[in-house]
Amino acid sequence: MANYGTNDLRNGLKIMLDGDPYNIVECEFVKPGKGQAFTRVKIRNLKTGRVVDRTLKSGESVEGADVVDTDMQYLYNDGEHYHFMHATTFEQVGADDAAVGDASQWIKEQDMCVVTLYNGNPIAVTPPNFVVLQITETDPGVRGDTASGGGKPAKLETGAVVRVPLFIESGEYIKVDTRTGEYVSRAKE
Amino acid sequence: MNASTWEPTADLEALHTRARIMRLMRAFFSVRECLEVETPLLSQAGTTDPNIESYRVPVGAAQRFLITSPEFHMKRLLAAGSGSIFQIARVFRDRERGRWHNPEFTMLEWYRVGYDDHQLMAEVEELLRSVLGAWRDPGPGRKLRYQDLFMQYLQLDPLQASFDELHQAWIRTEGEVQGLVAGDRDALLDLLFGALLQPRLKGQGLVFVHDFPASQASLARLRADDARVAQRFEVFVDGVELGNGFCELTDAVEQRQRFERDLQRRAAAGQAAVSMDSHLVAALAHGLPPCAGVAIGIDRLCMLAGEYAHIDQVLPFPWECA
Repeated sequence: MANYGTNDLRNGLKIMLDGDPYNIVECEFVKPGKGQAFTRVKIRNLKTGRVVDRTLKSGESVEGADVVDTDMQYLYNDGEHYHFMHATTFEQVGADDAAVGDASQWIKEQDMCVVTLYNGNPIAVTPPNFVVLQITETDPGVRGDTASGGGKPAKLETGAVVRVPLFIESGEYIKVDTRTGEYVSRAKE
Repeated sequence: MNASTWEPTADLEALHTRARIMRLMRAFFSVRECLEVETPLLSQAGTTDPNIESYRVPVGAAQRFLITSPEFHMKRLLAAGSGSIFQIARVFRDRERGRWHNPEFTMLEWYRVGYDDHQLMAEVEELLRSVLGAWRDPGPGRKLRYQDLFMQYLQLDPLQASFDELHQAWIRTEGEVQGLVAGDRDALLDLLFGALLQPRLKGQGLVFVHDFPASQASLARLRADDARVAQRFEVFVDGVELGNGFCELTDAVEQRQRFERDLQRRAAAGQAAVSMDSHLVAALAHGLPPCAGVAIGIDRLCMLAGEYAHIDQVLPFPWECA
């Protein structure tokens, strides 16, 4: 992979540090008057999600990380791995629980996801921003109540629990924003 | 910032702010017996300062350097008897880019014959009041010694603390530093100053930090009564560093020694060699009158005046769009 100098560092760049791939989430150039220049970065470990601070003296370099975000279709879970397929090459990869993380509560077979590959292996899965899922369990609906703010919990077919308005019935399909975990609207299947 | 279009990144209001600042600065000096001068941008000598990189321009088989400050040329004018002078100049510093930095920027530099650093601080305060005052009152200037700033916020004495103590003070809260050379106290002082102390000056209006450590004297003379510190100051408005001033070193021998020390440091760190300015050393040997000089960043002044968050908002065409 390419090496990056301190001047090439920017948000979103993927770099290697202490043997792990990181994503730069914040980048700041610090130079007092006539003093030594530094670049301060906040970086997220792409394996653990942990965010750490690092400072690099100007002129230092870091190794780029072989990390690619790839659009892939979720095929099935064999009990141990979630299997994804590249939409054009049909290449398949198996991701473990650690890589899939919270995405598991939103995705259904055939959903298109973004799979982050590090040296070809999946280390993170990002579900679609919006998913349509069926409600398997919720308290009976209250007819006519379309405005009440309270809402109630509803369990979805994937196991996720979201708050929905009181008028929503069990068996209905709803649209959910996976970034916030919030109900958006009723939906057709 | 969008670097992909032909359009300027500064809006029309920012251009007006800049133009008005230029007018106000010239008006300030026009009634104060300070001569506006112009000096070369392409010089045969570069800056030896290891923390500043000059751009090199090939000229035939030789090379020239784009100035990082008009200081050396202006001092040659002072040595020739110009009296007090000012200049509004474009200057260039390789690799300095960020929210507050553009590699090409505009500087107001002026020299007062017969002034010391404290007299010059008083004039900087007047200038900022009459220029920035058109938008906001920077408030009364407050002076803070470099040492006191460290003591107050970090409980560390910058003149005494060891490399390890300074290193720990950083690592405790800010994480590891890559590329630090063991024993390089000044790099750590710069980091602590720029990243931890400068932000503490936010909301404090006009602040002069003065009496920098002798190791950071640059072109300032050391204090006669305390050689641990130099007669150097920096000026801040709400934590934004606007400028740097010196009671100027006039001793040609010491100037040459500092240049040579810089060049040794550059060589040791594997930095590109620079030709030292022997014209300046010759001018000092001829005799530079006692004087104080300061440089103010005009782009940052525009940012403060118009409350802009990024330097690209006050530059029509920043580095990536130039």
